[in-house]
Amino acid sequence: MNPLASMISKRIMFGVLTLMAISLLIFVGVEALPGDLAEAILGQNATPETIQAFRTELKLDLPASERYFSWINDFVHGDLGHSLANGRPIAEVIGWRFANSLFLAVTTAVFAIPFAIMLGLLAAIYRDSWFDRLISITTLSAISLPEFFVAYILIALFSVQIPLFPCISTINDDMSFLTKLHAIFLPCLTLALVVIGHMMRMTRAAIINVLSSPFIEMARLKGISNRRIIIKHALPNALSPIINVVVLNLAYLVVGVVVVEVVFVYPGLGQLLVDAVSKRDLPVVQASGLIFAGTYVFLNLMADVLSMLSNPKLRNPR
Amino acid sequence: MLTLIKQSPLSAKIGMLIILINLGTVLLAPQIAPYGETELIGDVWAPMSAEHLLGTDQLGRDMFTRVLYGARNTISIALAIVFLSFGFGCSCGLLAATLGGWVDQLLGRVVDVVMAFPTLIFALMVLSVLGTSIPTLIFVIAILDSTRVFRVSRAVAMDIEVMDFVEVARLRGEGLWWIMCNEILPNALPPLIAEFGLRFCFVFLFISSLSFLGLGIQPPTADWGSMVRENAGAISFGIFSPMFPALAIAVLTIGVNLVVDWMLKRSSMLRA
Repeated sequence: MNPLASMISKRIMFGVLTLMAISLLIFVGVEALPGDLAEAILGQNATPETIQAFRTELKLDLPASERYFSWINDFVHGDLGHSLANGRPIAEVIGWRFANSLFLAVTTAVFAIPFAIMLGLLAAIYRDSWFDRLISITTLSAISLPEFFVAYILIALFSVQIPLFPCISTINDDMSFLTKLHAIFLPCLTLALVVIGHMMRMTRAAIINVLSSPFIEMARLKGISNRRIIIKHALPNALSPIINVVVLNLAYLVVGVVVVEVVFVYPGLGQLLVDAVSKRDLPVVQASGLIFAGTYVFLNLMADVLSMLSNPKLRNPR
Repeated sequence: MLTLIKQSPLSAKIGMLIILINLGTVLLAPQIAPYGETELIGDVWAPMSAEHLLGTDQLGRDMFTRVLYGARNTISIALAIVFLSFGFGCSCGLLAATLGGWVDQLLGRVVDVVMAFPTLIFALMVLSVLGTSIPTLIFVIAILDSTRVFRVSRAVAMDIEVMDFVEVARLRGEGLWWIMCNEILPNALPPLIAEFGLRFCFVFLFISSLSFLGLGIQPPTADWGSMVRENAGAISFGIFSPMFPALAIAVLTIGVNLVVDWMLKRSSMLRA
């Protein structure tokens, strides 16, 4: 078999195994609760009837292995069980929330990725100039700052001092696309500042790494301009690590939105998870945790597969 | 040591100064602080004044005092976590590198699975099951973080493990423990110290985020993350009190990063 194809299929196998291990971990985590879950959650004044009802709801009366497989089976078929807090089917709530989280992540990615790669290229072209240093310091501090600090600075600037954007990003289905964009501008900007820092630094490092190879020396000796060397010769060879870091940042965007969603009271999956954790609404925690994990594993998988595909050495085996 | 510090670039000196000030605050918070940690002393969100250097918080406690005590609580918890995760991660990493074979394989696969799971989500799920108390928090984050330490220490130890002097020690009949402590660890130390700084930043931001989400250190204990959360409402009135603890977090992480940057550059120069 083609070595590339076998590498990729191995990687996919590993992704599936990881996902299974994680689902087991999530399940066992809830299983391993100290004491009786029902009594712990319902509290002191729970009657035997409510405890019994609770146990049936969580299917605690069945053996563990049976419960695990029925949970996974239901999950795959779109039945995520019912929330303990309000009894509503989880799938209804989660679908909309997850779509909102994805909307936020995708919007951020659409303008952050090209911008970050451009900045990285410029920083590599004008290496060690004041421009490069300025960008390097700005991005380093953007990475070191906690997300909520960036978020509150942006709120203080663009929502309190100059009231341009709302500081609470509520969105609903009746809003037009443009009003939605206006509503999520600040959370997008916050997320963008964080991911741009990472992606730009990786792009710059990858390009500079390639610039030390002999074929670049050759191109230089032929008298090709610096800009052309970087765009035509270095960029294609630096593509693999760049694609990798871009997809990893996408994974971060989907999962790392938790804090930003809480700051801006955005109705996404992250906020649902945080609410569920503080209410100890375990079915919701399990379901949203598994969705987050699935997305994260999938994007990590994509990152690896794409960087294998974009590696010229692997694509043209001898 | 002193000449080393003298030779360091300005950025690293600034970083060291920031770290020293913070450590000083950790040790001396009760002595410096003008009021008690949870003492109510005035109006809600009073502006900055001579009595209240940074104003007061949402319950009328002195913000300056809270920030000082917050340093004490947040930093000491973060340090406890990093020490624990290094103790655990390094010993597993060195063990995996020295023993090799199935021990290495098993530990590696377990770490792969844990790392494939986003840390924040994992921590949230575990905390939802176990509840939030400071010992649980320390233990859970330390275990999650030790996977990263394991990767780094294993990689570093792998490089050293193939060196001749380790082979010599083996042939001399030294035990596993002796080789780990006397041959591998001292040589692995410089990159591990830099890693320690990075892990500290990560853990520190991580518990601040958890506390900010209301799932970390619980009130009334002063802690930078939860102080931001509690005072967040003020910002829409144009009051900047939640900014001070957030700024404190930011300054400390940048300080540590500056020092780590310098150490990494130095150790890569020594090797070259």
